[in-house]
Amino acid sequence: MTATQGSNGNYLNDAWRVKVGLAEMLKGGVIMDVTNAEQARIAEDAGACAVMALERVPSDIRKEGGVARMAAPKIIREIMDTVSIPVMAKVRIGHFAEAAVLEALEVDFIDESEVLTPADEENHVWKHDFKVPFVCGARNLGEALRRIAEGAAMIRTKGEAGSGNVVEAVRHMRTITGEMRRLTTLRGDELMHVAKELGAPLDLVREIARAGKLPVPNFSAGGIATPADAALVRHLGAESVFVGSGIFKSSDPEKRAKAIVKATTHYQDAKIVLEASEVLGEAMKGLDIRQIEEKDLLQTRGW
Amino acid sequence: MEKPVKIGILAVQGDFEAHAATLARLGIEPVFVRTPRDLDGVDAMILPGGESTTQWKFLVEEGLDKSLREFSARGGAIFGTCAGAILLAREVHHPDQASLGLADIALIRNAYGRQLASEVRSEMTPLSSEPLEMVFIRAPIIQRVGPDVEVLATSQGQPVLVRQGRILIATFHPELTSDTTVHEYFLRIAQTGAFAAAENDPLLKLAGSGKDLWSSEHTDDYIRRQRES
Repeated sequence: MTATQGSNGNYLNDAWRVKVGLAEMLKGGVIMDVTNAEQARIAEDAGACAVMALERVPSDIRKEGGVARMAAPKIIREIMDTVSIPVMAKVRIGHFAEAAVLEALEVDFIDESEVLTPADEENHVWKHDFKVPFVCGARNLGEALRRIAEGAAMIRTKGEAGSGNVVEAVRHMRTITGEMRRLTTLRGDELMHVAKELGAPLDLVREIARAGKLPVPNFSAGGIATPADAALVRHLGAESVFVGSGIFKSSDPEKRAKAIVKATTHYQDAKIVLEASEVLGEAMKGLDIRQIEEKDLLQTRGW
Repeated sequence: MEKPVKIGILAVQGDFEAHAATLARLGIEPVFVRTPRDLDGVDAMILPGGESTTQWKFLVEEGLDKSLREFSARGGAIFGTCAGAILLAREVHHPDQASLGLADIALIRNAYGRQLASEVRSEMTPLSSEPLEMVFIRAPIIQRVGPDVEVLATSQGQPVLVRQGRILIATFHPELTSDTTVHEYFLRIAQTGAFAAAENDPLLKLAGSGKDLWSSEHTDDYIRRQRES
Protein backbone atom coordinates (compact mmCIF):
# COMPACT_ATOMS: atom_id res chain seq x y z
CA MET A 1 0.00 0.00 0.00
CA THR A 2 1.13 3.51 -0.68
CA ALA A 3 -0.40 4.62 2.57
CA THR A 4 0.69 7.96 3.87
CA GLN A 5 -1.63 10.42 5.48
CA GLY A 6 -0.75 13.30 3.26
CA SER A 7 -0.69 16.82 4.61
CA ASN A 8 -0.59 18.20 1.09
CA GLY A 9 -2.56 15.72 -0.93
CA ASN A 10 -4.71 12.77 -0.08
CA TYR A 11 -2.52 9.76 -0.87
CA LEU A 12 -5.32 7.32 -0.21
CA ASN A 13 -7.91 8.51 -2.65
CA ASP A 14 -8.86 6.53 -5.74
CA ALA A 15 -7.41 9.04 -8.21
CA TRP A 16 -3.99 8.70 -6.56
CA ARG A 17 -4.24 4.91 -6.51
CA VAL A 18 -4.92 4.54 -10.22
CA LYS A 19 -2.03 6.89 -10.98
CA VAL A 20 0.43 4.85 -8.92
CA GLY A 21 -1.27 1.72 -10.28
CA LEU A 22 -0.19 2.51 -13.84
CA ALA A 23 3.35 3.15 -12.59
CA GLU A 24 3.23 -0.31 -10.97
CA MET A 25 2.31 -1.85 -14.33
CA LEU A 26 5.46 -0.41 -15.91
CA LYS A 27 7.82 -2.08 -13.45
CA GLY A 28 10.50 -4.38 -14.77
CA GLY A 29 10.28 -2.82 -18.22
CA VAL A 30 12.00 -0.26 -20.40
CA ILE A 31 10.52 3.11 -21.37
CA MET A 32 12.06 4.43 -24.57
CA ASP A 33 12.38 7.97 -25.96
CA VAL A 34 10.94 8.22 -29.47
CA THR A 35 10.57 11.19 -31.80
CA ASN A 36 8.15 9.78 -34.37
CA ALA A 37 5.67 6.98 -35.05
CA GLU A 38 8.21 4.79 -36.81
CA GLN A 39 10.56 4.81 -33.81
CA ALA A 40 7.58 4.13 -31.54
CA ARG A 41 6.75 1.05 -33.61
CA ILE A 42 10.36 -0.17 -33.34
CA ALA A 43 10.30 0.40 -29.58
CA GLU A 44 7.03 -1.50 -29.12
CA ASP A 45 8.24 -4.38 -31.29
CA ALA A 46 11.43 -4.56 -29.24
CA GLY A 47 9.38 -5.00 -26.05
CA ALA A 48 9.27 -1.48 -24.57
CA CYS A 49 6.56 -1.24 -21.88
CA ALA A 50 5.93 2.42 -22.75
CA VAL A 51 7.30 5.15 -25.00
CA MET A 52 8.18 8.77 -24.27
CA ALA A 53 7.18 11.07 -27.11
CA LEU A 54 9.45 14.05 -27.61
CA GLU A 55 10.66 16.35 -30.37
CA ARG A 56 14.39 15.75 -30.01
CA VAL A 57 16.24 13.18 -27.94
CA PRO A 58 18.31 14.70 -25.10
CA SER A 59 21.68 14.37 -26.88
CA ASP A 60 20.35 16.48 -29.77
CA ILE A 61 18.86 19.02 -27.37
CA ARG A 62 22.29 19.23 -25.77
CA LYS A 63 24.01 19.69 -29.13
CA GLU A 64 21.57 22.09 -30.75
CA GLY A 65 20.76 24.23 -27.73
CA GLY A 66 17.89 26.73 -27.81
CA VAL A 67 14.70 26.39 -25.81
CA ALA A 68 13.40 22.82 -25.61
CA ARG A 69 9.61 22.61 -25.21
CA MET A 70 6.77 20.08 -25.12
CA ALA A 71 6.58 18.07 -28.38
CA ALA A 72 4.06 19.10 -31.03
CA PRO A 73 0.64 17.51 -30.32
CA LYS A 74 0.57 16.18 -33.89
CA ILE A 75 3.66 14.04 -33.32
CA ILE A 76 2.36 12.79 -29.98
CA ARG A 77 -1.01 11.91 -31.50
CA GLU A 78 0.62 9.99 -34.34
CA ILE A 79 2.60 8.00 -31.80
CA MET A 80 -0.54 7.33 -29.73
CA ASP A 81 -2.31 6.09 -32.84
CA THR A 82 0.59 3.78 -33.73
CA VAL A 83 1.26 1.83 -30.54
CA SER A 84 -0.95 0.09 -27.98
CA ILE A 85 1.47 0.53 -25.04
CA PRO A 86 1.21 3.64 -22.81
CA VAL A 87 2.48 6.89 -24.29
CA MET A 88 4.24 9.47 -22.12
CA ALA A 89 5.26 13.00 -23.03
CA LYS A 90 7.41 15.67 -21.41
CA VAL A 91 6.51 19.12 -20.15
CA ARG A 92 8.84 21.87 -18.98
CA ILE A 93 9.31 22.12 -15.21
CA GLY A 94 6.50 24.26 -13.78
CA HIS A 95 4.62 24.55 -17.09
CA PHE A 96 1.16 23.50 -15.93
CA ALA A 97 -0.43 24.83 -19.11
CA GLU A 98 1.64 22.44 -21.25
CA ALA A 99 0.56 19.70 -18.83
CA ALA A 100 -3.09 20.64 -19.30
CA VAL A 101 -2.61 20.37 -23.08
CA LEU A 102 -1.13 16.88 -22.71
CA GLU A 103 -3.97 15.85 -20.42
CA ALA A 104 -6.50 17.09 -22.98
CA LEU A 105 -4.61 15.05 -25.57
CA GLU A 106 -5.06 12.05 -23.22
CA VAL A 107 -1.45 10.93 -22.95
CA ASP A 108 -1.05 8.20 -20.33
CA PHE A 109 1.78 9.76 -18.28
CA ILE A 110 3.47 13.18 -18.11
CA ASP A 111 7.18 13.62 -17.40
CA GLU A 112 7.89 17.01 -15.81
CA SER A 113 11.41 16.97 -17.12
CA GLU A 114 14.69 18.79 -16.62
CA VAL A 115 15.57 17.76 -20.18
CA LEU A 116 13.31 20.56 -21.42
CA THR A 117 14.04 24.20 -20.61
CA PRO A 118 12.37 25.03 -17.27
CA ALA A 119 9.39 27.39 -17.43
CA ASP A 120 9.49 28.18 -13.70
CA GLU A 121 12.64 28.26 -11.61
CA GLU A 122 10.81 28.10 -8.28
CA ASN A 123 7.60 26.15 -8.63
CA HIS A 124 7.01 22.71 -10.04
CA VAL A 125 3.58 21.71 -11.35
CA TRP A 126 1.05 20.99 -8.58
CA LYS A 127 0.40 17.52 -9.86
CA HIS A 128 -2.53 16.69 -7.57
CA ASP A 129 -4.61 18.97 -9.81
CA PHE A 130 -4.30 16.53 -12.70
CA LYS A 131 -5.99 13.24 -13.39
CA VAL A 132 -3.13 12.01 -15.56
CA PRO A 133 -0.16 10.65 -13.57
CA PHE A 134 3.25 12.41 -13.48
CA VAL A 135 6.82 11.17 -13.26
CA CYS A 136 9.55 13.53 -12.01
CA GLY A 137 13.32 13.37 -11.80
CA ALA A 138 15.27 13.49 -8.54
CA ARG A 139 18.93 13.50 -7.49
CA ASN A 140 18.35 12.82 -3.81
CA LEU A 141 15.67 11.81 -1.34
CA GLY A 142 14.60 15.35 -0.44
CA GLU A 143 13.93 16.15 -4.08
CA ALA A 144 12.05 12.87 -4.58
CA LEU A 145 9.82 13.53 -1.56
CA ARG A 146 9.07 17.11 -2.61
CA ARG A 147 7.91 15.83 -6.00
CA ILE A 148 5.80 13.10 -4.38
CA ALA A 149 4.25 15.70 -2.07
CA GLU A 150 3.31 17.68 -5.19
CA GLY A 151 1.61 14.56 -6.56
CA ALA A 152 4.21 12.66 -8.64
CA ALA A 153 3.15 9.01 -9.02
CA MET A 154 6.60 7.83 -10.10
CA ILE A 155 10.14 9.00 -9.39
CA ARG A 156 13.13 8.50 -11.67
CA THR A 157 16.74 9.45 -11.15
CA LYS A 158 17.74 12.47 -13.19
CA GLY A 159 21.14 11.13 -14.17
CA GLU A 160 22.64 13.30 -16.88
CA ALA A 161 20.37 13.00 -19.90
CA GLY A 162 21.90 12.76 -23.34
CA SER A 163 25.37 12.04 -21.97
CA GLY A 164 25.48 8.30 -22.65
CA ASN A 165 27.27 8.16 -19.29
CA VAL A 166 25.62 6.21 -16.50
CA VAL A 167 27.70 7.73 -13.68
CA GLU A 168 25.14 10.35 -12.61
CA ALA A 169 22.21 7.91 -12.66
CA VAL A 170 24.27 5.64 -10.41
CA ARG A 171 25.14 8.52 -8.09
CA HIS A 172 21.49 9.57 -7.79
CA MET A 173 20.18 6.03 -7.26
CA ARG A 174 22.78 5.29 -4.61
CA THR A 175 22.06 8.61 -2.90
CA ILE A 176 18.30 8.04 -2.78
CA THR A 177 18.48 4.42 -1.59
CA GLY A 178 21.29 5.20 0.86
CA GLU A 179 19.35 8.08 2.42
CA MET A 180 16.30 5.84 2.74
CA ARG A 181 18.32 3.12 4.47
CA ARG A 182 19.69 5.68 6.91
CA LEU A 183 16.18 6.89 7.77
CA THR A 184 15.10 3.40 8.79
CA THR A 185 17.79 3.39 11.51
CA LEU A 186 16.67 6.60 13.20
CA ARG A 187 14.47 7.13 16.24
CA GLY A 188 11.04 8.65 15.71
CA ASP A 189 12.00 11.84 17.55
CA GLU A 190 14.87 12.42 15.13
CA LEU A 191 12.70 12.59 12.03
CA MET A 192 11.62 16.22 12.30
CA HIS A 193 15.26 17.26 12.07
CA VAL A 194 15.68 15.03 9.01
CA ALA A 195 12.60 16.59 7.43
CA LYS A 196 14.17 20.01 7.99
CA GLU A 197 17.52 18.88 6.53
CA LEU A 198 15.93 17.25 3.49
CA GLY A 199 13.41 20.02 2.94
CA ALA A 200 10.72 17.36 2.72
CA PRO A 201 7.29 16.98 4.38
CA LEU A 202 7.43 15.18 7.73
CA ASP A 203 4.64 12.72 6.88
CA LEU A 204 6.60 11.42 3.91
CA VAL A 205 9.83 11.28 5.92
CA ARG A 206 8.03 9.15 8.50
CA GLU A 207 6.64 6.90 5.79
CA ILE A 208 10.16 6.28 4.43
CA ALA A 209 11.48 5.61 7.94
CA ARG A 210 8.74 3.01 8.36
CA ALA A 211 8.80 1.33 4.93
CA GLY A 212 12.39 1.89 3.80
CA LYS A 213 11.21 2.61 0.27
CA LEU A 214 9.42 5.30 -1.69
CA PRO A 215 5.60 5.16 -1.68
CA VAL A 216 5.73 5.24 -5.50
CA PRO A 217 7.80 3.22 -8.01
CA ASN A 218 11.42 4.31 -8.31
CA PHE A 219 12.87 4.13 -11.81
CA SER A 220 16.20 5.12 -13.31
CA ALA A 221 16.99 7.48 -16.17
CA GLY A 222 19.77 9.64 -17.57
CA GLY A 223 22.75 8.14 -19.38
CA ILE A 224 21.80 4.47 -19.74
CA ALA A 225 23.28 3.25 -23.03
CA THR A 226 24.07 -0.48 -22.79
CA PRO A 227 22.42 -3.69 -21.51
CA ALA A 228 24.96 -3.79 -18.69
CA ASP A 229 24.10 -0.17 -17.74
CA ALA A 230 20.45 -1.24 -17.43
CA ALA A 231 21.44 -4.27 -15.32
CA LEU A 232 23.61 -2.05 -13.10
CA VAL A 233 20.86 0.41 -12.18
CA ARG A 234 18.40 -2.48 -11.66
CA HIS A 235 20.84 -4.03 -9.16
CA LEU A 236 21.06 -0.68 -7.39
CA GLY A 237 17.30 -0.54 -6.86
CA ALA A 238 15.76 0.85 -10.06
CA GLU A 239 12.42 -0.89 -10.67
CA SER A 240 12.45 0.06 -14.36
CA VAL A 241 14.64 1.87 -16.80
CA PHE A 242 14.18 4.89 -19.05
CA VAL A 243 16.42 4.95 -22.11
CA GLY A 244 16.62 8.22 -23.98
CA SER A 245 19.29 8.88 -26.56
CA GLY A 246 20.91 5.47 -25.93
CA ILE A 247 18.76 3.58 -28.42
CA PHE A 248 18.10 5.75 -31.44
CA LYS A 249 21.59 7.29 -31.31
CA SER A 250 23.24 3.85 -31.52
CA SER A 251 24.28 2.05 -34.72
CA ASP A 252 21.46 -0.52 -34.62
CA PRO A 253 18.46 0.78 -32.62
CA GLU A 254 16.30 -2.32 -33.10
CA LYS A 255 18.86 -4.74 -31.73
CA ARG A 256 19.96 -2.44 -28.95
CA ALA A 257 16.36 -1.81 -27.86
CA LYS A 258 15.73 -5.57 -27.62
CA ALA A 259 19.00 -6.17 -25.81
CA ILE A 260 18.32 -3.51 -23.16
CA VAL A 261 14.80 -4.88 -22.59
CA LYS A 262 16.23 -8.36 -22.09
CA ALA A 263 18.96 -7.19 -19.70
CA THR A 264 16.44 -5.17 -17.68
CA THR A 265 14.27 -8.24 -17.01
CA HIS A 266 17.12 -10.70 -16.51
CA TYR A 267 19.52 -8.34 -14.75
CA GLN A 268 20.25 -10.96 -12.08
CA ASP A 269 21.43 -13.49 -14.68
CA ALA A 270 24.82 -12.38 -16.02
CA LYS A 271 24.74 -15.04 -18.76
CA ILE A 272 21.62 -13.51 -20.26
CA VAL A 273 23.05 -9.98 -19.95
CA LEU A 274 26.12 -11.31 -21.77
CA GLU A 275 23.93 -12.78 -24.51
CA ALA A 276 22.14 -9.45 -24.83
CA SER A 277 25.46 -7.59 -25.03
CA GLU A 278 27.03 -9.81 -27.64
CA VAL A 279 24.89 -9.06 -30.66
CA LEU A 280 25.33 -5.32 -30.53
CA GLY A 281 26.98 -2.75 -32.75
CA GLU A 282 28.32 0.50 -31.41
CA ALA A 283 26.76 2.31 -28.48
CA MET A 284 26.14 6.05 -28.67
CA LYS A 285 29.23 8.15 -28.11
CA GLY A 286 29.36 9.14 -24.47
CA LEU A 287 30.42 12.32 -22.71
CA ASP A 288 32.69 12.67 -19.71
CA ILE A 289 30.55 14.54 -17.19
CA ARG A 290 33.60 16.55 -16.09
CA GLN A 291 33.91 17.94 -19.61
CA ILE A 292 30.37 19.34 -19.44
CA GLU A 293 30.30 22.90 -18.19
CA GLU A 294 28.27 23.57 -15.06
CA LYS A 295 25.79 25.75 -16.96
CA ASP A 296 25.18 22.93 -19.48
CA LEU A 297 24.22 20.31 -16.89
CA LEU A 298 20.58 19.28 -17.18
CA GLN A 299 20.32 17.66 -13.73
CA THR A 300 20.66 20.96 -11.85
CA ARG A 301 17.38 22.19 -13.34
CA GLY A 302 14.57 21.95 -10.77
CA TRP A 303 15.29 21.53 -7.06
CA MET B 1 -5.46 -33.05 4.11
CA GLU B 2 -4.21 -30.13 2.07
CA LYS B 3 -0.85 -30.28 0.44
CA PRO B 4 0.87 -26.88 0.52
CA VAL B 5 0.81 -25.44 -2.97
CA LYS B 6 3.81 -23.84 -4.60
CA ILE B 7 2.76 -20.64 -6.32
CA GLY B 8 4.76 -19.14 -9.16
CA ILE B 9 4.43 -15.57 -10.41
CA LEU B 10 5.45 -14.66 -13.94
CA ALA B 11 8.09 -12.00 -13.28
CA VAL B 12 9.16 -10.75 -16.69
CA GLN B 13 7.44 -7.36 -16.49
CA GLY B 14 4.60 -5.72 -14.57
CA ASP B 15 3.28 -5.68 -11.01
CA PHE B 16 4.52 -9.15 -9.99
CA GLU B 17 5.77 -7.78 -6.68
CA ALA B 18 2.29 -6.54 -5.79
CA HIS B 19 1.03 -10.13 -6.22
CA ALA B 20 3.91 -11.39 -4.08
CA ALA B 21 2.97 -8.89 -1.37
CA THR B 22 -0.66 -10.07 -1.42
CA LEU B 23 0.46 -13.71 -1.11
CA ALA B 24 2.82 -12.73 1.71
CA ARG B 25 -0.19 -11.41 3.62
CA LEU B 26 -1.64 -14.92 3.27
CA GLY B 27 1.59 -16.42 4.57
CA ILE B 28 2.75 -17.71 1.19
CA GLU B 29 6.16 -17.18 -0.32
CA PRO B 30 5.91 -17.46 -4.10
CA VAL B 31 8.67 -18.16 -6.61
CA PHE B 32 9.33 -15.77 -9.48
CA VAL B 33 9.18 -17.43 -12.89
CA ARG B 34 11.34 -16.00 -15.68
CA THR B 35 12.36 -19.14 -17.60
CA PRO B 36 10.73 -22.55 -18.28
CA ARG B 37 13.06 -24.12 -15.70
CA ASP B 38 11.56 -21.94 -12.97
CA LEU B 39 8.22 -23.75 -13.48
CA ASP B 40 9.59 -26.99 -11.98
CA GLY B 41 7.53 -28.03 -8.99
CA VAL B 42 5.10 -25.11 -9.34
CA ASP B 43 1.42 -26.04 -8.77
CA ALA B 44 -0.21 -22.74 -9.61
CA MET B 45 0.82 -19.69 -11.63
CA ILE B 46 -0.12 -16.04 -11.43
CA LEU B 47 0.18 -13.91 -14.57
CA PRO B 48 0.34 -10.32 -13.28
CA GLY B 49 -0.69 -6.98 -14.72
CA GLY B 50 1.69 -5.04 -16.91
CA GLU B 51 2.03 -4.57 -20.63
CA SER B 52 0.73 -7.65 -22.43
CA THR B 53 2.68 -6.93 -25.63
CA THR B 54 5.94 -6.81 -23.68
CA GLN B 55 5.09 -9.89 -21.62
CA TRP B 56 4.02 -11.90 -24.66
CA LYS B 57 7.31 -11.21 -26.46
CA PHE B 58 9.17 -12.55 -23.43
CA LEU B 59 7.03 -15.67 -23.21
CA VAL B 60 7.73 -16.52 -26.83
CA GLU B 61 11.44 -15.68 -26.64
CA GLU B 62 11.96 -17.81 -23.52
CA GLY B 63 9.74 -20.66 -24.72
CA LEU B 64 7.47 -19.99 -21.75
CA ASP B 65 4.40 -19.90 -23.99
CA LYS B 66 4.85 -23.60 -24.71
CA SER B 67 5.73 -24.40 -21.10
CA LEU B 68 2.67 -22.60 -19.75
CA ARG B 69 0.36 -24.45 -22.15
CA GLU B 70 1.88 -27.73 -20.97
CA PHE B 71 1.62 -26.56 -17.36
CA SER B 72 -2.09 -25.96 -17.87
CA ALA B 73 -2.58 -29.32 -19.60
CA ARG B 74 -0.90 -31.04 -16.62
CA GLY B 75 -3.58 -29.51 -14.41
CA GLY B 76 -1.70 -26.45 -13.17
CA ALA B 77 -4.00 -23.68 -11.99
CA ILE B 78 -3.50 -20.22 -13.54
CA PHE B 79 -4.72 -16.80 -12.39
CA GLY B 80 -4.37 -13.84 -14.74
CA THR B 81 -5.02 -10.19 -13.87
CA CYS B 82 -5.44 -7.53 -16.59
CA ALA B 83 -2.43 -8.18 -18.88
CA GLY B 84 -2.45 -11.74 -17.50
CA ALA B 85 -6.08 -12.02 -18.60
CA ILE B 86 -5.04 -10.92 -22.08
CA LEU B 87 -2.33 -13.60 -22.20
CA LEU B 88 -4.87 -16.28 -21.25
CA ALA B 89 -7.67 -15.29 -23.64
CA ARG B 90 -8.39 -17.26 -26.78
CA GLU B 91 -9.03 -14.09 -28.82
CA VAL B 92 -7.45 -10.68 -28.30
CA HIS B 93 -8.51 -7.56 -30.24
CA HIS B 94 -7.60 -3.87 -30.47
CA PRO B 95 -5.11 -4.63 -31.77
CA ASP B 96 -5.29 -8.33 -32.58
CA GLN B 97 -2.60 -10.13 -30.67
CA ALA B 98 -1.36 -13.69 -30.15
CA SER B 99 -1.89 -15.27 -26.72
CA LEU B 100 -1.83 -18.55 -24.81
CA GLY B 101 -5.47 -19.10 -25.74
CA LEU B 102 -6.22 -21.20 -22.67
CA ALA B 103 -9.55 -19.61 -21.74
CA ASP B 104 -12.51 -19.47 -24.08
CA ILE B 105 -13.05 -15.71 -23.95
CA ALA B 106 -12.57 -12.81 -26.35
CA LEU B 107 -11.03 -9.59 -25.04
CA ILE B 108 -10.71 -6.03 -26.29
CA ARG B 109 -7.54 -4.33 -25.01
CA ASN B 110 -7.65 -0.85 -23.47
CA ALA B 111 -11.37 -0.97 -24.12
CA TYR B 112 -12.46 1.68 -21.61
CA GLY B 113 -9.97 4.18 -23.07
CA ARG B 114 -6.55 5.45 -22.10
CA GLN B 115 -5.18 6.07 -18.59
CA LEU B 116 -7.72 8.87 -17.93
CA ALA B 117 -10.43 6.17 -17.95
CA SER B 118 -8.68 4.15 -15.23
CA GLU B 119 -10.71 4.02 -12.02
CA VAL B 120 -11.60 2.19 -8.82
CA ARG B 121 -15.05 0.58 -8.58
CA SER B 122 -16.85 -1.47 -5.97
CA GLU B 123 -18.95 -4.50 -6.91
CA MET B 124 -20.64 -7.43 -5.20
CA THR B 125 -19.22 -10.88 -5.95
CA PRO B 126 -20.20 -14.39 -4.81
CA LEU B 127 -16.79 -14.67 -3.14
CA SER B 128 -17.69 -12.53 -0.17
CA SER B 129 -20.63 -10.83 1.54
CA GLU B 130 -18.80 -7.50 1.30
CA PRO B 131 -18.44 -5.52 -1.92
CA LEU B 132 -15.09 -6.05 -3.60
CA GLU B 133 -12.90 -3.10 -4.49
CA MET B 134 -11.77 -3.32 -8.11
CA VAL B 135 -8.91 -1.25 -9.51
CA PHE B 136 -9.15 -0.94 -13.30
CA ILE B 137 -6.06 0.35 -15.11
CA ARG B 138 -6.16 0.65 -18.90
CA ALA B 139 -8.28 -2.46 -18.53
CA PRO B 140 -9.52 -4.83 -21.23
CA ILE B 141 -13.21 -5.71 -21.65
CA ILE B 142 -14.35 -9.32 -21.96
CA GLN B 143 -16.49 -9.22 -25.07
CA ARG B 144 -17.50 -12.88 -25.26
CA VAL B 145 -17.38 -15.86 -22.90
CA GLY B 146 -17.61 -19.49 -24.05
CA PRO B 147 -20.06 -22.07 -22.64
CA ASP B 148 -17.49 -23.51 -20.19
CA VAL B 149 -16.73 -20.13 -18.71
CA GLU B 150 -18.44 -19.12 -15.50
CA VAL B 151 -18.93 -15.40 -14.88
CA LEU B 152 -18.25 -14.71 -11.19
CA ALA B 153 -18.63 -10.95 -11.23
CA THR B 154 -19.67 -8.17 -13.57
CA SER B 155 -19.22 -4.41 -13.56
CA GLN B 156 -21.07 -1.96 -15.80
CA GLY B 157 -22.71 -4.96 -17.44
CA GLN B 158 -19.38 -6.56 -18.44
CA PRO B 159 -17.85 -9.74 -17.00
CA VAL B 160 -14.80 -8.75 -14.94
CA LEU B 161 -14.05 -11.93 -12.97
CA VAL B 162 -14.49 -15.27 -14.75
CA ARG B 163 -13.42 -18.84 -14.26
CA GLN B 164 -12.93 -21.75 -16.61
CA GLY B 165 -12.04 -24.85 -14.64
CA ARG B 166 -8.60 -24.24 -13.19
CA ILE B 167 -8.19 -20.86 -14.83
CA LEU B 168 -9.25 -17.67 -13.04
CA ILE B 169 -9.32 -14.34 -14.83
CA ALA B 170 -9.77 -10.78 -13.54
CA THR B 171 -9.71 -7.72 -15.78
CA PHE B 172 -9.04 -5.62 -12.66
CA HIS B 173 -6.17 -5.73 -10.15
CA PRO B 174 -7.01 -7.46 -6.84
CA GLU B 175 -3.26 -7.25 -6.07
CA LEU B 176 -3.49 -3.45 -5.80
CA THR B 177 -5.86 -3.52 -2.82
CA SER B 178 -5.46 -4.80 0.73
CA ASP B 179 -8.33 -7.26 0.17
CA THR B 180 -7.09 -10.85 -0.30
CA THR B 181 -10.47 -12.40 -1.22
CA VAL B 182 -9.72 -13.15 -4.88
CA HIS B 183 -6.27 -14.57 -4.13
CA GLU B 184 -7.77 -16.79 -1.42
CA TYR B 185 -10.32 -18.04 -3.93
CA PHE B 186 -7.54 -18.85 -6.38
CA LEU B 187 -5.63 -20.70 -3.66
CA ARG B 188 -8.68 -22.89 -3.11
CA ILE B 189 -8.76 -23.73 -6.81
CA ALA B 190 -5.04 -24.49 -6.69
CA GLN B 191 -5.28 -26.55 -3.51
CA THR B 192 -8.06 -28.70 -4.92
CA GLY B 193 -5.72 -29.56 -7.77
CA ALA B 194 -2.75 -30.23 -5.52
CA PHE B 195 -4.92 -32.56 -3.49
CA ALA B 196 -5.89 -34.44 -6.63
CA ALA B 197 -2.27 -34.58 -7.76
CA ALA B 198 -1.27 -36.06 -4.42
CA GLU B 199 -3.83 -38.78 -4.98
CA ASN B 200 -2.38 -39.29 -8.45
CA ASP B 201 -5.80 -38.70 -9.91
CA PRO B 202 -6.08 -40.23 -13.40
CA LEU B 203 -8.63 -37.56 -14.26
CA LEU B 204 -6.10 -34.81 -13.69
CA LYS B 205 -5.32 -34.49 -17.37
CA LEU B 206 -8.91 -33.54 -18.02
CA ALA B 207 -8.61 -30.58 -15.72
CA GLY B 208 -6.46 -28.71 -18.19
CA SER B 209 -8.87 -29.36 -21.02
CA GLY B 210 -11.27 -26.74 -19.72
CA LYS B 211 -13.64 -29.23 -18.13
CA ASP B 212 -14.65 -28.13 -14.70
CA LEU B 213 -14.07 -31.17 -12.50
CA TRP B 214 -14.48 -29.13 -9.35
CA SER B 215 -17.49 -26.92 -9.71
CA SER B 216 -17.41 -23.46 -8.26
CA GLU B 217 -20.30 -24.46 -5.97
CA HIS B 218 -17.96 -26.99 -4.51
CA THR B 219 -15.22 -24.40 -4.10
CA ASP B 220 -17.55 -21.78 -2.65
CA ASP B 221 -18.86 -24.30 -0.21
CA TYR B 222 -15.31 -25.23 0.65
CA ILE B 223 -14.38 -21.59 1.30
CA ARG B 224 -17.46 -21.15 3.48
CA ARG B 225 -16.53 -24.18 5.56
CA GLN B 226 -12.94 -22.96 5.86
CA ARG B 227 -14.11 -19.57 7.05
CA GLU B 228 -16.46 -21.09 9.59
CA SER B 229 -13.87 -23.45 11.02
